[in-house]
Amino acid sequence: MGSFRVKGKVKALEGDNAVAEAMRQINPDVVAAYPITPQTEIVMTFSEFVADGLVDTEFIAVESEHAALSACIGAAAAGARTMTATCGPGLALMWEMLWIASGWRLPIVMAVVNRAFSSPLNILCSHDDSMGSRDAGWIQLYAETQQEAYDNTIQAVRIAEHPDVLLPVMTCLDGFVLSHTLEPVEVLPDEEVRKFIGVYIPVYPLINIEHPVTYGACAFSDYYFEHKRPLWEAMGKAAKVVADIGREYGNLTGRYYGLVDAYRLDDAEIAIVILGATAGATRVAVEKMRQHGIKAGMLRLRCFRPFPAEEVAEMLRGKKAVAVLERVAFFGAEVAPVFLDVATALYLRGIHTQLVNYIYGLGGRDTTPEQICTVFQDLADIARTGKAGPIFRYLGLRD
Amino acid sequence: MATATEKAKINLKEISNQEDKLAPGHRLCTGCAESIIVRQVLHAISDPVIVASPTGCLEVSTGVFPFTAWRVPWIHNAFENVASTIAGVETAYRSLVKQGKVKDKGIKFVVFAGDGATYDIGFQWLSGVLERGHRILYVCLNNEAYMNTGIQRSGATPKGTWTTTTPVGKVFLGKQENRKDLTTIVAAHNIPYVAQVAPHAWRDLMTKVKKAVACDGPSFLNAIAPCPRGWRYDPKDTIALSKLAAETCVWPLYEVDHGIWRLNNKPAEKKPVVEWLKAQGRFAHLLRPGNEVLVDEFQQAVDRDWEKLQRLCECPS
Repeated sequence: MGSFRVKGKVKALEGDNAVAEAMRQINPDVVAAYPITPQTEIVMTFSEFVADGLVDTEFIAVESEHAALSACIGAAAAGARTMTATCGPGLALMWEMLWIASGWRLPIVMAVVNRAFSSPLNILCSHDDSMGSRDAGWIQLYAETQQEAYDNTIQAVRIAEHPDVLLPVMTCLDGFVLSHTLEPVEVLPDEEVRKFIGVYIPVYPLINIEHPVTYGACAFSDYYFEHKRPLWEAMGKAAKVVADIGREYGNLTGRYYGLVDAYRLDDAEIAIVILGATAGATRVAVEKMRQHGIKAGMLRLRCFRPFPAEEVAEMLRGKKAVAVLERVAFFGAEVAPVFLDVATALYLRGIHTQLVNYIYGLGGRDTTPEQICTVFQDLADIARTGKAGPIFRYLGLRD
Repeated sequence: MATATEKAKINLKEISNQEDKLAPGHRLCTGCAESIIVRQVLHAISDPVIVASPTGCLEVSTGVFPFTAWRVPWIHNAFENVASTIAGVETAYRSLVKQGKVKDKGIKFVVFAGDGATYDIGFQWLSGVLERGHRILYVCLNNEAYMNTGIQRSGATPKGTWTTTTPVGKVFLGKQENRKDLTTIVAAHNIPYVAQVAPHAWRDLMTKVKKAVACDGPSFLNAIAPCPRGWRYDPKDTIALSKLAAETCVWPLYEVDHGIWRLNNKPAEKKPVVEWLKAQGRFAHLLRPGNEVLVDEFQQAVDRDWEKLQRLCECPS
């Protein structure tokens, strides 16, 4: 396919509306969803599209998130292009179903508007929800901006349905920070989106009466293990597909996406690894540090599942000190989930960078460029002295 | 309101020549009522069907990889969510037909679920699907306990029944609570068609299936499903017990057809409930000397429900 750029129309959209707009253009056969703050606007906006006849979608306004994913699984198994959206507690309620969706290799696309887990009750952003389900066999993309939330939604359909992949995809966006703030979003012409995603041809549609299939047979010690292996293999192949489709989307729109997104990393001596919207504040902090002559850089993980270990390791190779910033409350391990994967990727390739782990922004607490600058200053100290000090740290936590 | 298919004849000869959609060779217990009911239901539907089952006896006995006993498309998702799962399938089909992506072949969507998945863990999912009006037939294979996991109480277990979680102890003799009247609860959703059925009354059952699948909306059949293992009786007596359930009015056969309550089988002589109790080991403790009051209580509960049902069937509006 030759390189060409399509001019979209720039609209002021909140993240939720940007996702809903992408869903309208994708025009899935079935959407089953349950409203939950801060995802509600996706469901409300999409309901308006349904009410106005702007989509062909059959929308099931279910009575819970568990029912939402259950119905999506039924619809996807039947052979329908299927989408949903949820957040925090809703994703927790879907928990059991996540594994069945991936186990059946159903290309469901689900927006996850990241929200903190109770207790205490909180409706604002942490990544507890998607991080908690990171091993469920779903591909996970994290958006930095409203534009990316829109772009990821469209790409996710292609990734999920790719014959080498056939896995469900979560497109994550930070609750309120992205979901409820207005930014300019370039929206593609409808026909370009439809051309990009193409026609969906299901592999084993349940509704094919002539060739009856059984979905959901049980398998015990004799066959269970063999059923799981293809998921590892599909995840293994998914990284290339995510990268390829990000490139193809770039050729179409001028907005290129990879597994990771490096910012001033090439000559950086110290770096922050982060995912989600706080990458924006991190870019500002990088610039401030650079103004003071400190060679700071950022590595943003756009794709967290599959984990782009090779890219992460190669991009962090030679850095003197690296901080992994995480918006997640996870207990019991020495460090948080992203750190574990980064450290593993480095260790397995013999890269011995000084690593530290910061927990930031839980429950929607704002994280400023100034705070992130203090992380870079810590990293500069570590780089100078060669001493990491405590590995696990808090950022923006009151004493 | 009578539908066109209501009068449809059930032709036994014709049925006997049809292929079973549930193949022999499944792993259900000898004497299990479930395969009998499933085959009765599927023989009554001439259109193509897609079947869904939640986790339970039927599921673990008919779909064990690499085998399947289903000659029709079949889907098992999890224990609690069969209603939402089949609603997803039905919605997908409706969407694809509407868009012209697939041809309309008049597919019917049928659930076979145990009482655990229906009365208890899947109750919310069922209620949601009924309220939203999905065009499905939901058949509850009601054996009055969680038989698949080894005879534990359910919301369908009658008061006084022995199960492994309501054992007969020194202080408590069996289940201490009344069963839930799920058929009435389902009827309260104001769906087009609701009925109680039993496998001995196969003509009644199959007639009701025909009415149910002709409805433009959800339909629900609650089928009593005698279980030799859980009820503690000789497997040869399954159909006899089904009959006894109706004759004692423990399981009356009735329907709520577009809001009209109708008794389908009023026993000429209502048999005393003790006949029902003494036929099953799960009630053996009730018949021990000194426990007569418990038998009386059982009888009173059956009488009360029967009176109430008769009143509902007398006053259709």
